[in-house]
Amino acid sequence: MTIAQESPVRIPRPRFGGRPGRGRDLARTVGWAGLGAAAALAVWQVGAAATALPSPVEGLRQLGTLLWYPFYDLGPNDKGIARQLGISLQRVGIGFFLAALVGIPLGLLVGASRRAWMAINPVVQMLRPVSPLAWFPIWLVVFRDNSQAAILVIFMTALWPTVLNTAAGAGSIPEDQRRVAAVFRFGRLAYLRHILVPNALPSIVTGLRLSMGIAWMVIVAVEMLSSGTGIGFFVWNSYNADDMPSVLASVLIIGAVGLLLDFAFLRLARSVSLEGVA
Amino acid sequence: MLQVTGLHKSFTDPKQRTTSHVLRGVDLTVEPGQFVCLIGHSGCGKSTMLNIMGGLLAADRGQVTLDGKAVTGPGPDRAMVFQGYSLLPRLSLLANVREAARAARPNRTAADNDAVVERYLRAVGLWEAKDKKPSQVSGGMAQRAAVARAFAVQPRVLLLDEPFGALDALTRRKLQAELMDLWQHEEVETEMVVMVTHGIEEAVSLADQIVVLGNPPGPSVVSVMDVDLPRPRIQLEGAQGIAHRAAQQQLLGYLEIPAA
Repeated sequence: MTIAQESPVRIPRPRFGGRPGRGRDLARTVGWAGLGAAAALAVWQVGAAATALPSPVEGLRQLGTLLWYPFYDLGPNDKGIARQLGISLQRVGIGFFLAALVGIPLGLLVGASRRAWMAINPVVQMLRPVSPLAWFPIWLVVFRDNSQAAILVIFMTALWPTVLNTAAGAGSIPEDQRRVAAVFRFGRLAYLRHILVPNALPSIVTGLRLSMGIAWMVIVAVEMLSSGTGIGFFVWNSYNADDMPSVLASVLIIGAVGLLLDFAFLRLARSVSLEGVA
Repeated sequence: MLQVTGLHKSFTDPKQRTTSHVLRGVDLTVEPGQFVCLIGHSGCGKSTMLNIMGGLLAADRGQVTLDGKAVTGPGPDRAMVFQGYSLLPRLSLLANVREAARAARPNRTAADNDAVVERYLRAVGLWEAKDKKPSQVSGGMAQRAAVARAFAVQPRVLLLDEPFGALDALTRRKLQAELMDLWQHEEVETEMVVMVTHGIEEAVSLADQIVVLGNPPGPSVVSVMDVDLPRPRIQLEGAQGIAHRAAQQQLLGYLEIPAA
């Protein structure tokens, strides 16, 4: 006899997750996702019929073609999709890494020190709403190199979310942990290692995840503006060559790569969350 | 000797523009070998006083001295245990004790530090569980780790802020007895204990001296009561048992709580 049976109120079974009927849940998840995808394809089909855009069939066929020959290299203007993606990912990776290298220590400083916060926050708030693309001509003048300027644009893109999230994490150390540090007279290094960084870690990863998401969007735009390589250039070049199936196929590829990147950071976030400690 | 003279402390609430004068000229002397309990209703300033002794708060007036030296901040001659355990959540119990002791006693060699840490973790019965994280152990075990952490600093004075308040009655009893055993152990360097509590039974079973603090606007120290009973005080019989119960009744009177 359970309370639920006696209770006049019927307690609904949880709709998602839960142990009973996992196979059915999976079927339901796949079913609804398939329905959503079908609806999106239908919109595409209708849109293509009404305009000069290629149909889903043409787009997907081109996707297959692009993925079938991913690594060919016929000079700077004609490379396989995997090579273009590799170039873009490399730029994002370097810019993102530099942003983490600068942004995490800066965020810890800003979060831990009231004075540093007062000095740096106005500058950050001023520069943060600026589209990262506005930095492109500036870095182009500085470096006189498309690729390096693009990397620096990614750096600027990834910097602010990293700094602000790290600062938020470093600025919210629980009172009892600060008291422990005071009573046992933790030195700077012990405070950094045992209190500041462990507490800021989940926020740092959140900042990195946001940064990566935006960086992956921005790299496409920067490469459209600039260089002769990368996935953004590929999209723009395909458009100029009146190869719209390739443009639409690229959209799908860019989305899939972005999804994978986000998933990787989500896994990282789970592994550093405090619940993961227990 | 821990000496508190003419201690004053007020807190101002800037929003409501009110000031509460929590400590109104407190004098107190704790002799080596003494266990002193501070007891009183919420808002009487007992935790404030403990925090001033620990060097976490500055007094408005008056001072705290330990062996003649004025207390101006936290130091390794005093260690604290808090109600909420205050363990660092990502460190194991061992690392919590080790890192705190190392920070408080930077002149110790790593080997010396490790030896002291092991001694106290064993003393509180946590050596087997030393690699667990605070979230993986019970409240009683977490507080044992916090007690080991404080003892591992080898302070002269141990300051306890309602250390057993969050524990269930059985665990509390056990930890009280363990604390008493540990403190009375001859090899333990800690000579004085000051403990904030709101438990009447706890105060009477542990303390040599009970300081009853009162709320504003009356005097800060309502009464100082000596408890001169042999330890352990778990099952005192005859005249001693009567004295034990009488002490509890007396304390209830000071706190203006009608006896049940």
